[in-house]
Amino acid sequence: MTQHSASPAVMRSKLGQARGLGSAKAGFHHWWGQKLTSFALLPLSLWFVTACIRQIGHTRAEVAHWVANPLVATLFVLLLAATFQHLALGVEAVIVDYVREEKRKLASILIVKAACLLLALIGIISVLKLAVTG
Amino acid sequence: MVGRTSDGRVVRRPVSPHLQVYKMHMLMVLSGSHRITGLALGVGTLILVWFLVAAAASDAAFGWMAWVVGSPIGILALIGWTGSLWYHFCNGIRHLAWDFGYGFEMSTLYASGKLVLVATAVMTVLTWVVVFAVR
Repeated sequence: MTQHSASPAVMRSKLGQARGLGSAKAGFHHWWGQKLTSFALLPLSLWFVTACIRQIGHTRAEVAHWVANPLVATLFVLLLAATFQHLALGVEAVIVDYVREEKRKLASILIVKAACLLLALIGIISVLKLAVTG
Repeated sequence: MVGRTSDGRVVRRPVSPHLQVYKMHMLMVLSGSHRITGLALGVGTLILVWFLVAAAASDAAFGWMAWVVGSPIGILALIGWTGSLWYHFCNGIRHLAWDFGYGFEMSTLYASGKLVLVATAVMTVLTWVVVFAVR
């Protein structure tokens, strides 16, 4: 009995100790996010490439006027949101597979997510500025 | 990660299937290419954001961006970017088909893989034929 009270961790059941340590954790959420954004990016990337080709040779004012169209601005915001969410999840999967050390793994994932969030916001705010002023 | 082989030797196993562990074959190269093109597209998003920031900033900023993107190195980067995009796009559809449970037979895997390569080549060439026709 004295042995048990000396180590209170033993009071926890085996299930309680194991819970949350599995590899899955939030795996479904990650997978689903990747799938939803990939579906969204199929039409969005087709639109983006064809739309950009039509802007070749245009001046800044012409491009700004084009982005300012509410439909175009909306598609750009959707493109940026889906792209950077998809990118963050994709690079996270690569890091989890190839970075062995726990601290470096966590740090790289956080840096990638921060960079993706930053780039997405810079892009979206630029689009919104054009939508209001362009 | 640290395990033993069947004859009892201690080995440090890779976290994930690394390139040096298996013999190279087509499906493996296609799978690796999906990740490599994905990472390349991630780098390419910098051009997308630069384009939008420049358009929202000034004529000078936009002119500089257009000059860099339209330079030989810029066009080469964009050709690589569109190639990566169409590969990731087509192979992504292949991945989505697998998620719905289709196409796991060995012969189908090779056939769909070859289809992805052909479609990527066709779409990339078509994109740049249109670009140079419009220019």
